[in-house]
Amino acid sequence: MSKVTVATVWLDGCSGCHMSFLDMDERLIEIAEKIEFVYSPFVDVKELPESVDLGIIEGAVSNEDDLKKALKFRKSCKFLISLGDCAINGNVPAMRNKFSVRECFDRAYHENVTEHPIDPVGEGVPALLETVKPVHQVVPVDLFVQGCPPSADTIYYVLTELLAGRTPDPTTMTRFGA
Amino acid sequence: MSVLTLTIDGQEVGASSDQTILDVAKAHKINIPTMCFLEGLTPWGGCRICVVDVEGAPRPLSSCTTHVTEGMVVTTTTGKLESYRKMILEMLYAEGNHTCSVCVSNGHCELQDKAQEMKMDHVRLPYLNQNMPMDSTHEHFGLDQDRCILCTRCVRVCSEIEGAQTWAVAGRGVDSHIISDLGTPWGESDSCTSCGKCVQVCPTGSLVNKGNAVNEQIKKVNFLEHLLQMRGQ
Repeated sequence: MSKVTVATVWLDGCSGCHMSFLDMDERLIEIAEKIEFVYSPFVDVKELPESVDLGIIEGAVSNEDDLKKALKFRKSCKFLISLGDCAINGNVPAMRNKFSVRECFDRAYHENVTEHPIDPVGEGVPALLETVKPVHQVVPVDLFVQGCPPSADTIYYVLTELLAGRTPDPTTMTRFGA
Repeated sequence: MSVLTLTIDGQEVGASSDQTILDVAKAHKINIPTMCFLEGLTPWGGCRICVVDVEGAPRPLSSCTTHVTEGMVVTTTTGKLESYRKMILEMLYAEGNHTCSVCVSNGHCELQDKAQEMKMDHVRLPYLNQNMPMDSTHEHFGLDQDRCILCTRCVRVCSEIEGAQTWAVAGRGVDSHIISDLGTPWGESDSCTSCGKCVQVCPTGSLVNKGNAVNEQIKKVNFLEHLLQMRGQ
């Protein structure tokens, strides 16, 4: 049997969800026999393949690059998971939504520096969106796995259920802020 | 007060006419989820989480404020009611800024528990991202409007139990918010006795004790029942 192809991506978040994935420890070996990472911060592949079985998104959509990646993932992935609170509700990154991007820049790059106040814009720096959005407000999502981060047990449960052809119910294992 | 019979979820139950549907359901261990309701305070019927279907009624009724009548036929759980409850929770989440992961009440929050219980795995509505103020002027307590769901438990406990009437709701609709002493900062309030009852009954991390970090604020909502028992009420 060919392996299930999996792609993961880290948008605006702390990478804690990816760390939690690695926290599956020895169960990773069991999982690795059934899946193959084709694109992820875990592996050194620069391009997302055109067709992937399972896509996992960590983090909120905060800038133009995040948006591009989310759209690409939806296009390529047959099944898409929002992993963690940032992807589902914006979480900590979305705390800037009360303020304009201008106000955020002023606070971070002007008011609190003593030298070289600048705006972090220009080539190679993706422009911030006016508001941070959950992934499902940008592209349709098939499954939501709450938690900050979702525990390794939760991720293991979700993956093994999906691999067994069943639809997991993550709310039995996790919640917002867990 | 008279004795009457009604049906809840197909079960025939006896009740007295001064009871609400929720009272009777509780007495018969039939679970109806609640949010703004708190044993010991006057029911308010504001959050609508406890809505039930009553045969003949044109719309769902809040079980905490609807009194039972003879022959009433009540259904507490249907797919439609569950979808209403879930939608209410989503609206509460979309209206406030409930960032659970950094909230002092994380893990001890009734709103969070309810969301898990109702399997609310995401919010389908756009977030309002309102810029709501925080009042840290009180020596012992803090008010974080971001987490407030306007259940009015604080307003009711302050008025009905403490008798201070410090809290009130100001504004209308989406502008509604909790104020102390007609809009005076809490720390300058003349009426507040600093009893802390409002903090204990608050279901979320909106009213809190100062000095707590994430996950540390644990409320003792049940103090009210003990207090009323001691008072012989």
